[in-house]
Parts: sequence; structure tokens; C-alpha cells
Amino acid sequence: MSPRATTSLVPGKTNPEFIRNFCIIAHIDHGKSTLADRMLQLTGVVDDRSMRAQYLDRMDIERERGITIKSQAVRMPWEFEGKTYAMNMIDTPGHVDFTYEVSRSLAACEGAILLVDAAQGIEAQTLANLYLAIENDLEIIPVLNKIDLPAAQPEKYAEELANLIGGDPADCLRVSGKTGVGVSELLDQIVRKIPAPVGDPNAPARAMIFDSVYDSYRGVVTYVRMVDGSMTPRERITMMSTKAVHECLEIGVSSPEPEPTKGLGVGEVGYLITGVKDVRQSKVGDTVTSALKPATQALKGYSEPKPMVYSGIYPIDGSDYPILREALDKLKLSDASLVYEPETSVALGFGFRCGFLGLLHLEIITERLEREFNLDLIATAPSVVYEVTLEDKRQVTVTNPSEYPVGKISKVLEPMVKATLLSPKDYVGTIMELCQSRRGTLVDMQYFGTDRVQLRYTMPLAEIVFDFFDNLKSRTQGYGSLDYEESGMEQGDLVKVDILLQGEQVDAFSAIVHKDKAYAYGVMMTTKLRELIPRQAFEVPIQAAIGARIIARESIRAFRKDVLAKCYGGDISRKRKLLEKQKEGKKRMKMVGRVEVPQEAFIAALSSSAEKKGEKKAK
Amino acid sequence: MPQFPKGEKAPVDGLIPESALVDVESRTFHAYVHVPYCEVKCGYCDFNTYTADEIGTSTQGTFAKTLISEIDFAEVALEKSRFAKREFTSVFFGGGTPTMLPATDLIAMLEKLKKTFGIKSTADITTEANPDSVDEQYIKDLKAGGFNRISFGMQSAVPHVLKVLERTHKPENVGKVVGFAKAAGLATSVDLIYGAPGESLADWQQTLEAAIALDTDHISAYSLIVEPGTKLARQVKMGEVDAPNDDLHAEMYELTEQLLSQAGFLNYEVSNWSKNVEERSGHNMAYWKSMDWWGFGPGAHSHVGGVRWWNVKNPAAYSDRMSAGLSPALEREIIDQENRDIEKVMLETRISDGISLDWMKSKGFAEPNVVAGLIADQLVEPMEAMRGNIILTAKGRLLADFVVLKLLG
Repeated sequence: MSPRATTSLVPGKTNPEFIRNFCIIAHIDHGKSTLADRMLQLTGVVDDRSMRAQYLDRMDIERERGITIKSQAVRMPWEFEGKTYAMNMIDTPGHVDFTYEVSRSLAACEGAILLVDAAQGIEAQTLANLYLAIENDLEIIPVLNKIDLPAAQPEKYAEELANLIGGDPADCLRVSGKTGVGVSELLDQIVRKIPAPVGDPNAPARAMIFDSVYDSYRGVVTYVRMVDGSMTPRERITMMSTKAVHECLEIGVSSPEPEPTKGLGVGEVGYLITGVKDVRQSKVGDTVTSALKPATQALKGYSEPKPMVYSGIYPIDGSDYPILREALDKLKLSDASLVYEPETSVALGFGFRCGFLGLLHLEIITERLEREFNLDLIATAPSVVYEVTLEDKRQVTVTNPSEYPVGKISKVLEPMVKATLLSPKDYVGTIMELCQSRRGTLVDMQYFGTDRVQLRYTMPLAEIVFDFFDNLKSRTQGYGSLDYEESGMEQGDLVKVDILLQGEQVDAFSAIVHKDKAYAYGVMMTTKLRELIPRQAFEVPIQAAIGARIIARESIRAFRKDVLAKCYGGDISRKRKLLEKQKEGKKRMKMVGRVEVPQEAFIAALSSSAEKKGEKKAK
Repeated sequence: MPQFPKGEKAPVDGLIPESALVDVESRTFHAYVHVPYCEVKCGYCDFNTYTADEIGTSTQGTFAKTLISEIDFAEVALEKSRFAKREFTSVFFGGGTPTMLPATDLIAMLEKLKKTFGIKSTADITTEANPDSVDEQYIKDLKAGGFNRISFGMQSAVPHVLKVLERTHKPENVGKVVGFAKAAGLATSVDLIYGAPGESLADWQQTLEAAIALDTDHISAYSLIVEPGTKLARQVKMGEVDAPNDDLHAEMYELTEQLLSQAGFLNYEVSNWSKNVEERSGHNMAYWKSMDWWGFGPGAHSHVGGVRWWNVKNPAAYSDRMSAGLSPALEREIIDQENRDIEKVMLETRISDGISLDWMKSKGFAEPNVVAGLIADQLVEPMEAMRGNIILTAKGRLLADFVVLKLLG
């Protein structure tokens, strides 16, 4: 493939008329990264020799899971009807947990490619992002991908897309990111249909931060979209939300490797490096302006990230605690939405209570901690944030069930979500059943085309956090998809269930659950622990309790024999070595009162549900 | 085959590091002679033993001669390592089945030990014996040759249990040979095994009653251990026989303790009972008190002042080493003070003399709250603990490994 445009436009001096800013909206495995790879090759910014799959995905996790966690922008030259254009492709995160980041990426674009797998059709998460794109007045270009697949049904899904966004099914482009078919037509279409950016070149500079990435060599790299004015290297800049002033050490564009430039002008997309070491000083959504000639009005849409899901993260080896703290501090540099504070647990020792945007975010962070910092971790069951009002009018925010207040409670508020579920119509019944069992209330139901249905529910976030996604996937044979957005707080009939080992509360297993589910939770946990905790020198009762009321009980019988029958001359070394091993093993034992519980038992008890949750990451 | 621990290479000259000389006066010296031959190999046994089918009889005939050369080797190695000559406080012939060899061979080896190192007049001189491999004359010969104690592998009095253990001896022979031994003036002991697949509590009671009726001076009773690599381990793995059940073992142990104490026996170590202190196995006490011993023969373990070594297992390889004038030791380990302390807790907790709390505290073991917990769980004798001694209760003996782990902290 030889590129069409042989000379690129000079950044900083490009007429906005020849700029096209676009993003790709796609479900996780619908081939966005592969399509991006083809564009990089076709425009010549990456030669065939240095091409690797999913070029833009920087983290191992991104490549392995085929998802984009952080967005990035690439500037590519493209010639259309004799004129050269600068095409800025802004790669958006594809997951619901990162909705805020998605919305900022979208705000940096004038158009979006709606990329849909021609064998699968649109999914709930894509719908959510499509909705955001339309809200941002983006021009939508519908594209069916993977038309090379034998199972592709382009006619059917073109119809579906046309139903959704209007227009003629025939206008829906058909491409294959894998073979490259239709990709140059798509680039032409982008030039034709997506409007050029508009801004005031003479106004004070305003640039919107749509991503902020920590790089261990260069500090924070801030990705911006210039809206008004221009910016040059060595200029002093101000972050409008914090009023912090930095010197702009380097300014440039990615194509796709960073290339320093003399500046960025209206409508351009590029990066800034100021030498700051912490992404919190360069927040996604914030407006960058010139310190000398500042803008008065920030661009709209900025908000602070708000954790939706909390989990305790503990090192399996207690001595790794300082490493975990350092690791979190480091991750925080590149992820402004991660919040954490130290926490101690009777069962798990020293760790951190961490707040996440959602479950995927939780998984990604724990996986990065384990992989990049070589830690073995255990995460407690995810919990949402409850607002508890006591009878004495005191209000308590609970992010950890073990902090649930004791005393008379007059009201508990829990976070609700609007969930959008999409699936073939055959599964509507089973999905409704699932949602009902999860305290969902049906809002509406809508058909797309002939066989796909969208169901919208309001339900407590807590119900989604607890293995909802697995259930949905298994009940719909993998066809169901889910998206949700927060939808305020509502009063719930909730209780805290504690798990007691020999009368001692095991904090890691306390859970806030709906009154009707308390018994089931109690039985499930006590049974599980009875199987997992080894017999002790005494009988150990395991109880589940709401306050002082016991709702379930099991017990572990005392063991009666633990002795090597023969211990003579030739046995001593062997026996001592076994003892050393057991002593090592004992270090991994956690004491709950007098009960010795192997860490593995806690992990197993916590992970049987968490593990299942992990499966969705592959979807 | 028992798995050896991992050690460093043992020197071919058999020299013992100087560190072993520290406090040598406080330790007695003992001899173990390993005779690695058996008529048949029992399914549960992981000892270093061989049947004629496995290795032929080539080494068996010259075994005593080869072993005698290790006695000479030991004399030289100890002398070169600057150990003053010490008489043996006990001698124990084990196996295998020592009585597979003619009595004259056993006596020749014993004579050589006596001649080279000397044996104390009060020494326990024991051999293990299979009830079927000895007769009256053989026993008389042993007594005349210097042995004063014999330990019979009785295992069980119940035919179906013996069968599953693959013991071939006739139960009725045990009474006969114990009688010969007593008549010859030998102290007597029987070894029992409980918890074999298919063995009920009633079966075990029958064995215990039979053993008590023999009126020996000493009884050892071991719960069956499924050792990795044995035929029994394979059978358990394949589901051909049931895995031993710890709870049943515990009940059998409790029954043992009950019946033997009623019969006048005292439990002086987890698996050992004697009628009185004098009739304890002096040799086994040496192991539990971390004394010095030289283990002669293939696969035998030795321990001298914190240095432990073990000989090559194969009788032919052993014989080759000896005829080349090389140490038969395959590997050794030098146990540092911390590990010697750990071993002391591990071993002395098992015996009814107990272990000193002051000493343990001086080593950082036996935290007060741990000891309190052990008392609360009725695992150690409370009055003894107040007096500064940790002695296990019967319940504690069944959980001795747990107690040791607790004491070590």
C-alpha cells in the first residue's frame, strides 16, 4: 500500500478547513483497533515493516484483552480530490466504566465512525457511546466491519443501523479492518462528511484536555484539542480548574510516535508536556489556556471523577504492603479516577480501600498492580456507596460494609443505575426474570429491526456489581449486552450481614444486602467457609448475623490427630523440613480470634464470585 | 523408598567438622545397624529394604563383612576428627529384617562394635525380628552373643489386617517367639500398626488385647502412614483401598492409651509404651534427646553434634564404597544452632519427660499466650506447665505436631 498524500500539512499552520477530527465508536471486540491499524498503514504513518497488531494500544492489558483503556490521538495525512488533509483519529475507550473519558474524547471531535461488527450487530455499550456522540452533535458515519467473515450479515445490520440513526441502509459503509477492504473509501467519506473544526484563531487560547497519560521518562503527557487560539512551546499555560501554571516544555502531534512541532492551531489535536509528574495536575476535561492572555470562560463539560465501586485491596504477603502503596501512588499518576486510602482488616491485614469507576476499572487496576508491580493481591467483594441516616439524624457515607453504623437506622440510600440491555428477542423473558430478581424496574422495551430488543431498567448498582454480567451472559448464551449509567440514589430496604467465626466478626465478609437476600447470603458464606477453613484444635462455629440475630450457622469440627507416628533417626531431617514449611505456611495464616485461617481460604471465599466477574473481561 | 532430605555432598574421608565437638561430653554415643533385607516387601513400608528378588543374594552373604569395614572406617574418621573414643550407650539392629541374616552375622557385627568402641554394661542391645524368621535356637544364640532385647514386628493379631499390610507371618507365632525370648532372658517388645484399610476399632482392640496378653516389657503402636512412593500410596490413589481416616486413628489411639495404661504400661513417647522407665527403648530415647549416633549400613542416618549424614541406599553401592575405602555417606547437613533448637522442641515435646519452658523461653519459643492456649485446649498438662515443663496430655500427643508448631511460634 502506498500512501496517497506524500507530504503532510505542517502542524500549527494548518488551515482548519483541511482538518478532520474523528473518533471510532465500537464495542470491545468489533475491530476498532484493527481498523485503526489499517488506517495507520494506508496513510503511511506507520510503514508495513514496523506495523504490529493494535498499534495504538499501549498497555499489555489493552493488547491482550483487545480493549482500549486510555485514548490516544493520531494525526494522519490523506489526499482527497487533489487536496491534502490532516486526519486526527482520537481513539476512545470502549467501556462503560470510562464514560466520562469517552465523552471528553467525543467532545474533541466533529465526527464519529460508528463501527459495528457485521456478524453481531450493535451492542449496548456502543449504543451508550453513540448516544453521547449524538449529544455532542457529532456527524455519524455508520460502518459495518468484518464483512470478510462468513457469518457477516451486512444487509441485516445495515438495516438496524439505519433504523437507529436514520438514513439509507445502502449508505452504510462496509469494510474489513482485517483485509483493508473499504478503508480508503472510509477515509474519503470522513473528509466528505465530517465538518471541519471551527474556532476563533484570534481569541485567547483554549484547549480541552481529553486524555492525560503518565510516562515514566517524560512525566505527564497531556492530549489536547485546540478550540480557540493557538499554543506554542515555551509558553506558560494555565489549567483553568486549578489555576495552576506550568511551562509548556514541548508541544507536538502523534503520528503515531510523538513529533514535536512549533505549535498547535485552531482545530488541531496534539500533546503538551509540562514536566508535571502527576495526572491530577492535568485533568481530563479541563481547559488549558495561556497564562499571559488567559481565556475567561472554560470549555464546558469538566467534572471530577467519582468512584462508583469500592473494594479493599490487600497484598497476600503482608510484607508487600509498602510495595502496594508505592504501586498505587504510581498508578495514580496516570489514572486520576483511582482513589484509595489505607484500611486494615482482621482477616486480610493491611491494605487499601480503593474507589473505582466501575468493575472493569477495578479489574484493570488490580491486574496492572499484579502484573506491573509483581504483587499477589486479594480484592474484597466490590461494594457501592451507601448513604445511611441514623435515627439521631446523623449521616454516614459507607463505602465498606464493615463501616456500616451500628444503632438505629432510619434510612439507607443506595445508588441506582439506568441499565440498557440489548439482546436477541428470544432472551427477553430470561433477561426480565434476571432483572426482576435483581430488584430492577422495567422502564421500556424497544425493538431494533426484527429480532433485537432493547430493555431499559432502573436497578440498584449493587445488584449489577454482584455477578450480574455473568448471569446475563450465561442466560443469553453470550448475546446479551449491558450498559448502565448512574441515576441517583434511592431508599432501599437494606441490612448488613456479618459473618462470625467463633463469635468474631470477619470484616472482609460483611455485606450490605437487600433484606430478602440476607438469608441466602448468610447460608452461602457460612457453607463456603465451612468447606474452606481447615479443622482446628477446637470446634469453630461459623455464623451469619444481622446485628445480634443469627440467621445461619455451620460449624467446623475440631481435628483430633496431627502427629507423625514415627520419628526416629532417619526421620528427623525430613520432619524438621516439613516443620519449616508449615511454619512458612503459618505466616500466611490469618488469625480471627483464635481461629487460624489460611489466606487461601479467604481468597477462595472472596474470589468464587469475583472470579466469575473476571470472565466478562474477555467479552 | 524413603525420600532422603536434601543435603550437601558428604566428604569421602568421612571427616566430621569441628563444630560437632562442642559439648561432646554432654552427649552419649549410640550405634544403629541397618540390615536392608526382607523376605517380602510390605505394601506400606518405605524403609530402605530389599528382597532377594530385587537385588539377588550377592550382597547378603558378605553383608556383615562389609558392615564391619564401616565400623573400622568410623573409628578412623572419628579419631581423625579428634573425637575421644566413646563407648556405645545403646546398640540397635533394625531393618529390613536383621534376622534374615544368620545369628552369627549379627553377633559378629556386635562383637566388632564392642571390640572397636566398647559397649557400656548397662547398654540396651536390641534387634528387630520377624516372628517367622527366628526360632528358639536363634534367640538363644542372640542372647549368648550379647543381645539383651528383641523387638518383634507383630503389627496385628487380625488376619485380614495382616493381609492388607502384606505381613506374611502367622499371628500365633508371635506368642511362641516372645515366649522363647523371655525364656532366654531377653527384654521384649512388639511393634503394632493401627488404622490399616478395613481395620475396625474392634479389630484394633483385638490386636491390643493380644499384645497385652503377651506381657512384653514394651509396646510400640504406630498409626499407618501412607508414605509417598509405596504400593499402599498407589492403592490409595487408585481408590483400591480407603485412605486412612484421621478421626478413626484418633479413636484407635485413645483406645490404645486406655487399654495399655490399664495393663500397666506408661506412654513415654507418642507411639511408645513401657512397663517402667528402665524398659523404655534406650536407643530411641537417644534420637529424641539429640544424642550422637553412628548409623551403619546402607541408607542409615548418623548424627554427631549437629552434623547429620546418610549413607547411600543401595547395598551394592554401599559395598563398593566400603571396598574402595571411601565414606559410604551420600550427603550430609550441618544443622545450625537455630535448627538444632527447633529439632529439640520437635523431638522432646514428644516424650513424657517433657521439655523445659525456661529453656524454650530463652530461645524465644513458647510465648505465654500460646502456652495458655494449649492449656485451654487441654493439650498440655496444666500443673506441669506451671512448674515450668511442657508435657503433652493424651489429647495433646495426638496433636503433637500442632503443639510443636504453636510452641515454635
